Amino acid sequence: MLLAIDTSAGSSVAVVTLGGEVLAERSSDDPMRHAEVIGTLIAGCLDDAGIEVAALTGLVAGMGPGPFTGLRIGIAAARSFGIGAGLPVHPVVSHDAIALDAYRSGSAAPDATLLVVTDARRRERYWTSYAGLDAAGLPVRVQGPALAKPDDLPTSESVRLDALVVPAGALGQVAAALLATDGAFAGEEPLYLRSPDVTMSAGAKRVTA
Amino acid sequence: MNRAEPLVLGIETSCDETGIGIVRGHRLLANTIASSMDEHARYGGVVPEVAARAHLEALEPTLTAALAEAGIALADLDAVAVTSGPGLSGALMVGVGAAKALAVSLGKPLYAVNHLVGHVGADVLDSEDGTIEYPTIALLVSGGHTSLLLVRDLVSDVELLGETIDDAAGEAFDKVARILGLPYPGGPQIDRAAVGGDPKAIRFPRGLSLPKDMERHRYDFSFSGLKTAVARWVEAKQDAGEPVPVADVAASFREAVVDVLVSKAVKACTELGVPRLLLGGGVIANARLREVAAERTASAGIELRIPPLQLCTDNGAMIAALAAQLISAGHEPSSLDFGADSTLPVTEIQVH
Ligand SMILES: [Zn+2]
Repeated sequence: MLLAIDTSAGSSVAVVTLGGEVLAERSSDDPMRHAEVIGTLIAGCLDDAGIEVAALTGLVAGMGPGPFTGLRIGIAAARSFGIGAGLPVHPVVSHDAIALDAYRSGSAAPDATLLVVTDARRRERYWTSYAGLDAAGLPVRVQGPALAKPDDLPTSESVRLDALVVPAGALGQVAAALLATDGAFAGEEPLYLRSPDVTMSAGAKRVTA
Repeated sequence: MNRAEPLVLGIETSCDETGIGIVRGHRLLANTIASSMDEHARYGGVVPEVAARAHLEALEPTLTAALAEAGIALADLDAVAVTSGPGLSGALMVGVGAAKALAVSLGKPLYAVNHLVGHVGADVLDSEDGTIEYPTIALLVSGGHTSLLLVRDLVSDVELLGETIDDAAGEAFDKVARILGLPYPGGPQIDRAAVGGDPKAIRFPRGLSLPKDMERHRYDFSFSGLKTAVARWVEAKQDAGEPVPVADVAASFREAVVDVLVSKAVKACTELGVPRLLLGGGVIANARLREVAAERTASAGIELRIPPLQLCTDNGAMIAALAAQLISAGHEPSSLDFGADSTLPVTEIQVH
């Protein structure tokens, strides 16, 4: 049983079986209150699923892409929950969850090309393109995740999906499928896709004219 | 929950140190700190986003190291504690998210506490019997804050007497180091440069110390004017084609900072009839500050308390210690709904 957490867009938490069944899912689409809601979402989801922490076998962390501040909170939560429960943390590309959800729900045909788009703030978007589901039922990533101005997004995909929340249930399903097929998880680094805002110190400025 | 001697793990991420501390009542079991200071060096000051990213990276290893050092199992904890504010909001949020998830994973209560009051809480770890004598004045000085507090009771009655109205004292050290062409962090660099310098060579201004300021800003601090005065002085020398006496400038600047910090703290003690002064914050590492504080408190008959440096800089042990005191005093845990509050007032010792 997996506890999946994603705060790359809004905040979403789910309990998913290793067979890919979503037992509980709770989300908040508020893009500013990740730190406030994360604890209640986790506790509430475990309650909804009617399971104890001891029944879990792993954590799933949505690694983004996502704007810095929010993205980290879910990853930090997944990692510290993992330490508390003595469980591994499986990193997953957050857009893969949106894509899986789209293919499974029929918003995109299983063989359609799909463009997943999320808000990157600062008038930019994160995007990833997909080419349907593979034999394991996992979305096939073609390009991305990447960052672009809205006007520069790819247009050749047959379906475009702009998402506000990454459904943690689908994130857990991606992880369950990867575990079942020994697939490759995402890296340990959060997918900020942007460097921190910094100004290099140019030495002291004159104060006298 | 063991309220007499609670075993508490504290998480601190308000600035550039990722601190995990573990205490049992007033006894320190572990105090592990990972600092991202080196990553900020080339920018000349703490970059909030760089600090926040570093917290996420340091979280797991620091937590694991603290548990190993304390030799306890997470299941034995009575509570988890975390800094809710004040501090850099993006940095604070990493700790808040981690603490909530840890508490839920363990089924343990969570205490969200005030960073500045945490600095005062560090003192219980440094005392024989875990008690702080009240009232006490606390002078908390770092790169992020410069505050003077009146503590009547650690868990129920803390008052802000004054704070900096512009730069924190630690920032002033960083900025003046830059003026003198010295690297970041400025505190130890200024100290090194000041060796052999004459602290009385240049009379730099003492911020908010004139009679007119003392009415409105009796216990407040200001370091931005001092920084500008140093810059002007150095530029005048350079413009005149004369060498800058770096040791004298460093010593005189440091003396101005130390003088105003200690003067106002001692003034608060005498005016409010409080015979105790506690120091906290990273700038306490400055030997000259400790020396002047020791001299002036001694001559004013004030007891001076300075926790060991590892408990003065930002750390998780002080957060755990404050939570342990709250627990022992019967305070109930925080909810799971609090957030990071970058401007949390000191009167909010615990956030619910
Ligand atoms: Zn501090």
